[in-house]
Amino acid sequence: MILKIPNNSFFWLALMGICLGFFPNNVFGQLKIKGNIAAYNDQKAPFPLSGAKIYWLQGNNETISDSEGDFSIPFSKASKRIIISYPNFRNDTLLVNRPDLGRIILFPEIALEAVIVEENVNPLQRSLFDVQNVVTVDSREMLKAACCNLSESFETNPSVDVNISDAATGAKQIQMLGLNSPYLLFTQENMPSIRGASQVYGLSFIPGSWIESIQITKGTGSVLNGFESITGQINSELVKPFIDKEWFLNFYGNSYARFELNARHNADISEKWATGIYLHANKRTAKVDENEDNFLDTPLAQQINFMNRWQYSDAEKGWVGFFNVQYLFDEKQTGEINFNPDKDKFTENTWGSEVQTNRIDVSSKVGYVFPDLPFQSFGLQLAFSNHDQNSYYGFRTYDIQQQSFYSNAIFNSIIGSTQHKYKTGISFTYDGFQESINTQNYNRKDNSIGAFFEYTYNNLEKLSFVAGIRIDNHNRLHTFLTPRLHLRYALWDKANIRASIGRGKRSANIFAENQQLFSSNRQIIIENSEGSTYGLSPETAWNYGISFTQKLYLWNRTLVFSTDFYRTDFVDQVVVDWENPQAVSFYNLDGSSFANSFQIDINYELIQNVNLRATYKNYQVKTNYQSGNLQKPFQPEHRFFVNANYETVKQPSGRQWRFDATLNWLGKQRLPNTQSNPEIYRVEESSPSYSILNAQITYSFTNKFEIYAGGENINNYTQPNPILASDDPFGEYFDSTLSYAPVLGGVYYVGFRFKIQRQ
Amino acid sequence: MKIKYTILALLMSLLMSAQEKNKKETFLVSGNCGMCESRIEKAAIKVKGVKYASWDIQSNELTIIFNERKCQLKEIKKAIAEVGHDTEEIKASDENYEKLPACCLYRDPKSKEMMHPE
Repeated sequence: MILKIPNNSFFWLALMGICLGFFPNNVFGQLKIKGNIAAYNDQKAPFPLSGAKIYWLQGNNETISDSEGDFSIPFSKASKRIIISYPNFRNDTLLVNRPDLGRIILFPEIALEAVIVEENVNPLQRSLFDVQNVVTVDSREMLKAACCNLSESFETNPSVDVNISDAATGAKQIQMLGLNSPYLLFTQENMPSIRGASQVYGLSFIPGSWIESIQITKGTGSVLNGFESITGQINSELVKPFIDKEWFLNFYGNSYARFELNARHNADISEKWATGIYLHANKRTAKVDENEDNFLDTPLAQQINFMNRWQYSDAEKGWVGFFNVQYLFDEKQTGEINFNPDKDKFTENTWGSEVQTNRIDVSSKVGYVFPDLPFQSFGLQLAFSNHDQNSYYGFRTYDIQQQSFYSNAIFNSIIGSTQHKYKTGISFTYDGFQESINTQNYNRKDNSIGAFFEYTYNNLEKLSFVAGIRIDNHNRLHTFLTPRLHLRYALWDKANIRASIGRGKRSANIFAENQQLFSSNRQIIIENSEGSTYGLSPETAWNYGISFTQKLYLWNRTLVFSTDFYRTDFVDQVVVDWENPQAVSFYNLDGSSFANSFQIDINYELIQNVNLRATYKNYQVKTNYQSGNLQKPFQPEHRFFVNANYETVKQPSGRQWRFDATLNWLGKQRLPNTQSNPEIYRVEESSPSYSILNAQITYSFTNKFEIYAGGENINNYTQPNPILASDDPFGEYFDSTLSYAPVLGGVYYVGFRFKIQRQ
Repeated sequence: MKIKYTILALLMSLLMSAQEKNKKETFLVSGNCGMCESRIEKAAIKVKGVKYASWDIQSNELTIIFNERKCQLKEIKKAIAEVGHDTEEIKASDENYEKLPACCLYRDPKSKEMMHPE
């Protein structure tokens, strides 16, 4: 033969493909098929199986694997299918389409009692059965972003918008239905949590790794949790000592020198008691000024956050309980890069600011289910917190201390049958504020006592509704009723419609909620004087909404389509007016103020293990300002959101790749009027539209250890001049409140997670 | 006089215990899946006097709490048979049984292995 045949399996593969149909059998007489037989040991590591029998489905040739598990057998064209058998292992039949079959894993023969085919539920769940429009986010979702804390855990979620409230502190504000976070109710395990003094920074006081799941309810909330919620409720469930991992360790570092440590340990003390110790610490050590405006792009910060939880459960007697103690210390420094607090505080050398917070939270929850009556239960919630913030911004000092006590007793039972359930109870809250701006004191005490009744009807087919009412007596809001109604109706297969209506009422904590104002030289003006809080009347609003959800199988994959429309109508509001660049004014609404929000969502598994989520949102948020009826500043009318994620199939060892990417597009935002400023200190009428791209890759080595890396704002979009008059911070035009886009460019991070599950 | 009252009280308490307001009963109801669960529970709860019904897929046990003064156990079993599910005491008619979806036809052991929609 002149032809030299290369000893290369690719060549053989090609040759086989070309020749298979043309040549008679005997030509392939010499062609050998090889492979290696192995099995997994207890540690999920492969080991060779020697002595396995390999034979063709048809034909006489057979062979046995050697001590390394390797085998080689002449190719049989007639059969093409090879069988591998080994005692006590399941036979494997393979189609031979290449000369080297590589490693073939055999699995032990187990008499299976049942095969359970499971589908991973989407980490973002929209229930068809809940009466309220609730999206549940589980902890897997929170692993998709850097998720250092609660505020960042919404970055992959379209129901909630994350906005940046000011260029100096970089604090992130949450919005729902086009309104800021004070109008929505944050609860931690169904007890009001981020409110009053902690309104702006509180979201960064709950570490992401402590969160087990989040429930986001759009529209008016339940009467159980009080009267304050207007646009929605965000409940976060923390990890629980009985079911959480035994050990968890996470370390994170990013390209702007921010480091985070999260550690958790849980232990069972007895059959009925378990405890958990959770620690979070973070620190930013480097000064960053990439836009060269002489101001830090992101504050120097450090936080220590510690929690000890106790969980009690006695299933036989029906008692369950949680007891928590949390301590937090948080410190931020921002301002000019050369600002040295020891030297420059309260001087005109350089402008700087420090915010220091000490917070203690003690809470408990006790529940009793009547052992003979599973539909009847009683619960008691008690919470106490002391929040102490000391801060200064340039020459302005702002101190706020809030002591808060919350108690709620709930009784659950039925009327006739479980088709008619009710919850009733009483609650009492107390808030003591000691607040001061420079030398001006704004101390106040708020207390309220209330009773509620909530009835749930379910006809077990199409209709269910929850109707609630509460009556409260508040020392500043007086006595008032709070009605709430939620309704769900199943239209046809896997489709339903929901509607809700309700009223909320609250006193605005104008300074705590708008702390960004201190990072400017705007004058503070409070215009009314007869009201009960800062001279202002309380805020009252109605919220009504309607939503539609359809789940369907499109090309054998689940598609969830949903759309909703909500409107918030203010009867009375404390308007925050930024339209005069020299001042921020607070006054009671005169005329109309409303927020319309419209959203369309599509969730689809595009191909196996690739999920796509796309959302369009439209906001019309219009308020009668003294200067006219205007769209709320910094509120994009259009927002677009896309999230895609891909996961490889998890190996028995726990090996897995996970990819996630989110794109947020924000339409143009109206900016407050700066016409009266000198030309160099003016901003445009509206911001340009822009996008932010975030992405993350996680690689899990085993069930115990994984690493991740990602980037935020990968497309590196930043606001050109985030701080007005940064060259003259003690002049009258200095203003860092006109922030509509990130100040920080692309942030890249890496981290690892180490976890040991319970035995 | 005293004896009379004692007897009366005894009788009353006997009557009371014979007719409990929250009588709990657990019995077997044949079925396969989550669809069966909601059908069985729905049939039971709709009987006047039944306060609570919970059927367990694994054990096929139905736990009910009902007011004995308002309904009898037999009525509940009858209502369950009406929607196609057997109890030891009352079997569903073939007509009602055959109305069930394919994956719920529990008399055929193979039906358990079928795919059950949520």
